[in-house]
Amino acid sequence: MTAILRSYSLRLLPQLIALAAILLMVSFVFPGFFRLEIQNGRLYGSLIDIFNRGAPVVLLAIGMTVVIATRGIDLSVGAVMAICGAVAASSITSGHSLAMTLLITLGTGILCGLWNGVLVAILDIQPIIATLVLMVAGRGIAQLVTEGAILTFNDPGLIFLGSGSFAWLPLPVIIWLVFGILVALIVRKTALGMLIEAIGVNRQASTLSGVLTPVLLIAAYMLSGLCAAIAGIIAAADIKGADANNAGLWLELDAILAVVIGGTSLLGGRFSIAASVLGAIIIQSINTGILLSGFPPEFNLIIKAAIIVFILVLQSPPARNAFTFLALLRASRKPTERQAR
Amino acid sequence: MQTAGDNLLSATRIDKVFPGAKALDKVDFHLRRGEVHALLGENGAGKSTLVKCLTGAYRRDGGTILLDGVEVDPRDTFNAQKLGIGTVYQEVNLLPNLTVAENLFLGRQPRRFGFVDVGTMNRQARELLENYELDLDVTRALDSYSVAIQQVVAIARAVDLSGKVLILDEPTASLDAHEVEMLFRIVRRLKARGLGIVFITHFLEQVYEISDRITVLRNGQLVGTRDTATLERRDLISMMIGRELAAEIHSARKEPDVTGPVRYRFKDYGRKGHISPFDLDVRAGEVVGIAGLLGSGRTETAEILFGAHRADSGTAELDGKAVQLSSPRRAIAQRFGFCPEDRKTAGIVGDLSVRENIVLALQARRGWTRPISRTEQNRLADHYIRALDIRTADREKPIRLLSGGNQQKAILARWLATEPEFLILDEPTRGIDVGAHAEIVRLIEGLREKGMSLMVISSEIEELVAYSTRIVVLRDRQHVASLEGERITADQIIEAIASSNERGAA
Repeated sequence: MTAILRSYSLRLLPQLIALAAILLMVSFVFPGFFRLEIQNGRLYGSLIDIFNRGAPVVLLAIGMTVVIATRGIDLSVGAVMAICGAVAASSITSGHSLAMTLLITLGTGILCGLWNGVLVAILDIQPIIATLVLMVAGRGIAQLVTEGAILTFNDPGLIFLGSGSFAWLPLPVIIWLVFGILVALIVRKTALGMLIEAIGVNRQASTLSGVLTPVLLIAAYMLSGLCAAIAGIIAAADIKGADANNAGLWLELDAILAVVIGGTSLLGGRFSIAASVLGAIIIQSINTGILLSGFPPEFNLIIKAAIIVFILVLQSPPARNAFTFLALLRASRKPTERQAR
Repeated sequence: MQTAGDNLLSATRIDKVFPGAKALDKVDFHLRRGEVHALLGENGAGKSTLVKCLTGAYRRDGGTILLDGVEVDPRDTFNAQKLGIGTVYQEVNLLPNLTVAENLFLGRQPRRFGFVDVGTMNRQARELLENYELDLDVTRALDSYSVAIQQVVAIARAVDLSGKVLILDEPTASLDAHEVEMLFRIVRRLKARGLGIVFITHFLEQVYEISDRITVLRNGQLVGTRDTATLERRDLISMMIGRELAAEIHSARKEPDVTGPVRYRFKDYGRKGHISPFDLDVRAGEVVGIAGLLGSGRTETAEILFGAHRADSGTAELDGKAVQLSSPRRAIAQRFGFCPEDRKTAGIVGDLSVRENIVLALQARRGWTRPISRTEQNRLADHYIRALDIRTADREKPIRLLSGGNQQKAILARWLATEPEFLILDEPTRGIDVGAHAEIVRLIEGLREKGMSLMVISSEIEELVAYSTRIVVLRDRQHVASLEGERITADQIIEAIASSNERGAA
């Protein structure tokens, strides 16, 4: 058991180091960064803010991890967020109950995933193209649902999902924590994780071994759609309205980036949901950190890019080889010298 | 001790250490001008490592390399090419979607005004290939030609680029007899031109046909270098495996035991464009050998039985009851197992561990909701690693890091773990070393004695004769003959493959 724990923490080490370094850097430029206080039965502070603001990308990253592990990619998640936000808003304003609204919305997300999954698994279209279809069309669909306007609502139940709190934590944080743990448990406590990794590494060999490849592929995209639906509900609840044009805009790229920072290869195979969640938190820390540090906003994107390039360089194979090389050099200096003589 | 003048390439006391293992231990290798030098050894003996040290793909940890008497230190394969050492691998490492000419001149295309001069390039390509008795349309894509032709194009490119030493790493593994003959004519011609050729293969017949000298490695150490003409085959095999396994591999055919009742009955089974409809009965405790040339429909027969491709005609019966075998999952549910021919693309799941590869099919059959516990996975993996002598540092090693023979055993373990009743093996001994070869042959016999039904496809007729209780001969995607009992001899099989008229269809 300790061995498993050790290998697990070792897997997450680079991400944890990167996160700690960024948080430390931000705390230099913004001294009150680590301060937490309780107001109205809820924790407030920059750290909590990061966890709260990061909720959509964390959720998207969870689904994206599983899709990428199958050697796929889901470009449509941002657009699916917009669709689901619009569906939720229009459902609640047309008088459906909260439970019904949630059901319809989550169902819509899963349906979007089913569409992507069928294109990829049954029609054998390359994932990047297959999901591009919904990425482009999705915003149009969302605009049709909202009829071109920002659809606002004031149902307290739905708003609670975006800005309420429970056990001192903002509700979005609770949602992604619970959902993330749930998915990770399902994937790792059943054989799902291994079968998904097998498909990602070698789809043909997996099929020949009797793995239900198409079903699992479709399920992966459906999970991604479900994640996007939850993220869409949170995003809409947060602003008390559905904005078909801007909800989830470019977030698919942040989600992919989160998975990459989490160390899951875009070529499929081994994946870690915890590492991707950390990746999403890293991205949000950078966003919040830049905001807090008071740089002129026009620098934000460039600073973000620079930090991300730095993290990715640290993770790149040449850098890893260099580290291993240095470690080996230190360990084997004496024997090498003897050999040289 | 030879002087440098005799040798074109002279590698002395080459060391290479990998974390946890010494891959090469002071290995000497000397290649003369105008000789074909076979480099032999079991998988994991260090052949590939030695070649990679010579071509700069690996940096050696010790030893010197002399080329034409001058010390060289190939930094990478590009550097080695410039020095004069070219390599052609089993999997042709060219670009299949480019034309033949583009492949030949990739990276050094003749230019005019800064643009690629396609006309000159194509003309030069044709001239170059004339030396190889090849009259190709050099403007066609490389993958419109057979693997053998692609292989020759790769050789032509390597020789044109390098011109002193040519290393052929298992070039014949996927070629049929005619193609091998064509390749060997070219090798002889290059040899006459004074090239030193290193030839790595698992086919001992080919070693005796083409090579002048043989160097054998075992466990990273040099066993010896001998003249081919004076080295007995038995002695060679015992040099390679260090055991007297020679007799076992080429054992005389055993009389088949009494086989059980017919369990699997395929009637009029076929698929358009793949394999003509055939009838086939398989008994319990029977090994049905499938013989035929490459492209005769051997693999297609296996794939259709396993449901990898759906049959579009005929019926399948198991123990007298009709069964659907329209997908691998359905076939597996009926306790079928299938080790495909192409280990790398259809067999192993490279990045996953040996353990995961072994439990994969069993887990897939149980479904994802019923995971095999880690303890049980470890038990299964350890059991088969021991039982099949899979050589791996531990069960968590990614399977792609294992040698071919050990990968093949792990795939076999994957199916044995599902306790199959009908096991289909497509070229189970291709591209693996002599030791593992003998073990797999013994395993096939052991499984048959336990009452399993097997179908084995193999290009090695002697091997088929050794373990088959019946042999089905294929030609032009048809089952053309079925040999049993006394008639199972290499001569009879060859005659059946060669004859053009129908004889007692299967």
